[in-house]
Amino acid sequence: MADDTLLDIRNLRIEATVYPPGEDPHDIVIVDDVSLTLEKGKVLGLIGESGAGKSTIGLSAMGYGRGGVRITGGEVVLNGRDILQGGIRGLRKVRGKEVCYVAQSAAAAFNPAHKLMDQVVEAAIEHGSATRTEARERAVTLFGKLGLPDPDHIGQRYPHQVSGGQLQRVMTAMALCSQPDLIVFDEPTTALDVTTQIDVLAAIKEAIRDTGVAALYITHDLAVVAQVSDHIMVLRNGKKVEYGTAKQIIEAPKEEYTRELVSVRSIGHDEKTADKSPLLSVRNVTASYGGSVKVLKNVSVELSLGQTLAIVGESGSGKSTLARAITGLLPPSEGEIVFDGRTLPPRLDQRSKDDLRELQMIYQMADVAMNPRQTVRTIIGRPLEFYFGLRGAERDRRVDELLEEIEMGNGFADRYPAELSGGQKQRVCIARALAAKPKLIICDEVTSALDPLVADGILKLLLNLQKRENVAYLFITHDLATVKAIADSIAVMFQGEVVRYGQKSDVLAPPFDDYTDLLLSSVPEMQIGWLEKAIAGRKMESAGN
Amino acid sequence: MKRIPPAALIGLIITSLYFLSAIFAPVISPYPMTEIVGGVWDPPSAAHWLGTDNIGRDLLSRMIYGGRTTIFIATAATVLSFTSGSVLGFTAAVLGGWADQLLSRFVDLVMSIPTLIFALVVLSVMPVTIPILIVVMGFLDATRVFRLSRAVAVDINVMDFVEAAKLRGEGRVWIIFREILPNALSPLVAELGMRFIFMVLFVSTLSFLGLGVQPPLADWGGIVKENKDGIVYGIGAALWPAVAIATLAISVNLVADWVLNRTTSLKGGRGG
Amino acid sequence: MGIVTRLVAQRLALGLLLLLAVSVLIFIGTQILPGDVAQSILGQSATPQALANLRRDLGLNEPAITRYFSWLGGVLTGDLGTSLTSGGNILSEISTRLANTLFLAAVAAVIAVPLAIFLGLLAVRYRERWPDKLISAVTLSTISLPEFFIGYVLILLFAVQRQWFPSVATVYPSMSFLARLDAVILPALTLTMVILAHMMRMTRAAILNVMQSAYVETAELKGLSTFQVIWKHAFPNSIAPIVNVVMLNLAYLVVGVVVVEVVFVYPGMGQYLVDHVSKRDVPVVQACGLIFAAVYIGLNMIADIVAILANPRLRHPK
Repeated sequence: MADDTLLDIRNLRIEATVYPPGEDPHDIVIVDDVSLTLEKGKVLGLIGESGAGKSTIGLSAMGYGRGGVRITGGEVVLNGRDILQGGIRGLRKVRGKEVCYVAQSAAAAFNPAHKLMDQVVEAAIEHGSATRTEARERAVTLFGKLGLPDPDHIGQRYPHQVSGGQLQRVMTAMALCSQPDLIVFDEPTTALDVTTQIDVLAAIKEAIRDTGVAALYITHDLAVVAQVSDHIMVLRNGKKVEYGTAKQIIEAPKEEYTRELVSVRSIGHDEKTADKSPLLSVRNVTASYGGSVKVLKNVSVELSLGQTLAIVGESGSGKSTLARAITGLLPPSEGEIVFDGRTLPPRLDQRSKDDLRELQMIYQMADVAMNPRQTVRTIIGRPLEFYFGLRGAERDRRVDELLEEIEMGNGFADRYPAELSGGQKQRVCIARALAAKPKLIICDEVTSALDPLVADGILKLLLNLQKRENVAYLFITHDLATVKAIADSIAVMFQGEVVRYGQKSDVLAPPFDDYTDLLLSSVPEMQIGWLEKAIAGRKMESAGN
Repeated sequence: MKRIPPAALIGLIITSLYFLSAIFAPVISPYPMTEIVGGVWDPPSAAHWLGTDNIGRDLLSRMIYGGRTTIFIATAATVLSFTSGSVLGFTAAVLGGWADQLLSRFVDLVMSIPTLIFALVVLSVMPVTIPILIVVMGFLDATRVFRLSRAVAVDINVMDFVEAAKLRGEGRVWIIFREILPNALSPLVAELGMRFIFMVLFVSTLSFLGLGVQPPLADWGGIVKENKDGIVYGIGAALWPAVAIATLAISVNLVADWVLNRTTSLKGGRGG
Repeated sequence: MGIVTRLVAQRLALGLLLLLAVSVLIFIGTQILPGDVAQSILGQSATPQALANLRRDLGLNEPAITRYFSWLGGVLTGDLGTSLTSGGNILSEISTRLANTLFLAAVAAVIAVPLAIFLGLLAVRYRERWPDKLISAVTLSTISLPEFFIGYVLILLFAVQRQWFPSVATVYPSMSFLARLDAVILPALTLTMVILAHMMRMTRAAILNVMQSAYVETAELKGLSTFQVIWKHAFPNSIAPIVNVVMLNLAYLVVGVVVVEVVFVYPGMGQYLVDHVSKRDVPVVQACGLIFAAVYIGLNMIADIVAILANPRLRHPK
């Protein structure tokens, strides 16, 4: 083995005890025979969908198992010693000194009772790698390096007084402050808005390069990991799928699964031009939740039958509020909504059954969008019964047809939502919307809770259904890649206003306004070196910092 | 059919035995409730399994009849508190607005006085009869049921599947009975057990203080009161009803625990 | 500090408002409910003339509103009225008894609070192992036991069979502190057992909740010792929930004390209240009810205020 090997994980096996309802508790294998090596100063990306075991492997580098998770086999050799052999005392000497951790949610990972500075310097002082004064000076330097505002004083704040993007940087500073050999980054930018993510990502990358620390970078987003890693390991169901340099994985993946991950969201879609007489037109709509703050300001958009309008924006842009205004859940204070040639009454309870039927909705969290006590048959059958009066065998036959349409067999009809996978749940929700034979379906972030491959499947299904049923979609999302895949027209929203609106090809073509430019340039692309180019070409600072 | 864990099974069996002996008290009781059949505090014997009480009545018979009274009052009060509390709780949650505010603030107010103290205050001016006991206990306890069922219903009411039903145009009846109720039932059933235990303890306490069931009618709390003076002579007659209360309470607890566990695991199931 | 002061002031105001509303409720409960006070006092055989006289003496012919305000005015100026049965001044009758009750409750709290927190910590330290399971099982069964059962078992064991302590907790003004302590030890132990289970279980849950938070994991991943993790990271965030638990249980103690005083024939507020409920002495019942409710509301209010003071988000606003 070469001298510059920092971390050498051999034949790692990790198990956990699960307590399924109605069964005896038993052990399941979470990570099975995974080996990896990491050289000093290098970055290894661990990538996989949920359940791949990537976080578990990352934490094993600190000898730590979350909850009931136990390392049951293999070695974790750090700086030439198997850290699993030293017991808890040995591990404590390693944690916070040789290996540090950056968590996904810094907001939860910081102790609310202490000032940031006290938490940042704690490990360095504890392990004797610095005196309090030295550690504080080091922290201030790191705050500056990570692009935090007012580096001299930000440490005197409490966690809740600092924004999410900033906290994530402070957490990185906390890890770097001990001057460790290795940092485990566990999805450090996943919870952030896309325009904030790029800045934090750039700050992390720069800090890694400047300090020469090695890193395990865990994420589900291949485009992100491609920006920071030297090598990438693709994991699936606790097993290694493929390992290689970042360049090889992105540009010449060997395994089928990796190829799928790389080619995700490359769905083709021919853009349609808008009709003269739109199905839906939102005219000068302004809305607020009770108070004087307007969440929607004078919004006007149109959507033609059989087409897709994507509403794009970050959290707080008002995109979901627009959906609530159209459905009648939040009556607008000004403006009107014209649907299929008639003006819709503003309030839900004033609308006719046909108004309601023709305008259906699909939610982000399919889990909570279905009643857990109803079977798939009841869930899909109820709109048939409610709107068309179908009953008994007639209704069941139609339910089966709809299950065929969403590419699920009729064997699913008698299952409960808890017995379905995430993708299947979302499909059932689509079938429920289709059952009403709607003209318009509002899709509120319908793919953002799903793993990329599953999300792709859902998008393809939606496109097929649109061709067959000629239904229009109002597609609300923060994810520009999705938008590129399926939209005909796009409205970009920022702080309650539509800042850019038109046909997809027009909206996505320069010249851009500042915000759209920022948004577009922030979407990670599956391309090595994208991050540097994107940062260099920016005109506007992101708001989330 | 799912397997019942042993602890819950034991709880279920003991609870059923108590209820059966309450229903069939006149049949299984060896002596009449109030007849004097022996000396004062006779020790247990073949004729009197638990001995006799402070004036020479058969203690086992008193216990069986006492259980009948206690369980009847507790059951009736639980039913009253549960139906009124949950109906009002659901209504408050679904209606929202001023109706919810009014009910919730009133419940806060009643709950700011300890239940026992409130009951004593009211019973100081009301004649102590069984119907009045049931109404007072049921009303005071309904506040707790109200809080729980309102909280559960509010949680469910904001779920997307309820919103989906509203967007579909479903009426209030469908939303309450088909969307909310099936999901609220399990925590409420578990709470039913807790409320029943509380009622048993409550009526026994009132009777022990002399403000509940009045002699010569037997009930568990009253039997403790009648026989408490024996304690200083080392006579444990007063402890039997207490043992009965405790075993019934623990048994119902075990059953309620099982129901709650079953339901949380059903709700928590996330699927693949 | 602006927000915190404002919130605390709000809590205090709310507590006073609640107390006022409770006084109305107690008044309604004793005066307006269908029961007739005069009839209750004199019994069914009373002559109409005697009833009318009594009603006049009690001021029952005045409208309810007038009676409420004159009662409230009395309470606010320290005049709790006159007992119907003894004719004595209620305030002076109550004061020594209230002191006795507070002494008993304090002894119970001094034993129960540290013990419950210690057992709670022990259960967390050995979670899912036998000490935890044992503590759980024992406390679960004590929750199901009526107060009087615990009391009589203690009497049987320690007063009758062993004769270590008196079975009747007699106290009088000239008693020494130690003699007093000896007298209340059994009732205090009973109360301790009554609240110990709840307090310990709630403490355990509160600490576990903190121990499972992400920031405690962060502390562990810094390689800190168990002591430091608990002392520096878990403890500061556990104070509020634990104080909350303690206060809620002390409030529960207020109820438990009524029964325990009757079991041990202890001359406190609880015994006094129960006696006068049987005698249907309404002014005494009103006064006692109000005092019990005030203590209960006060403890709950302290719990709320501590939670506000311990919340870093409120202490250090943005």
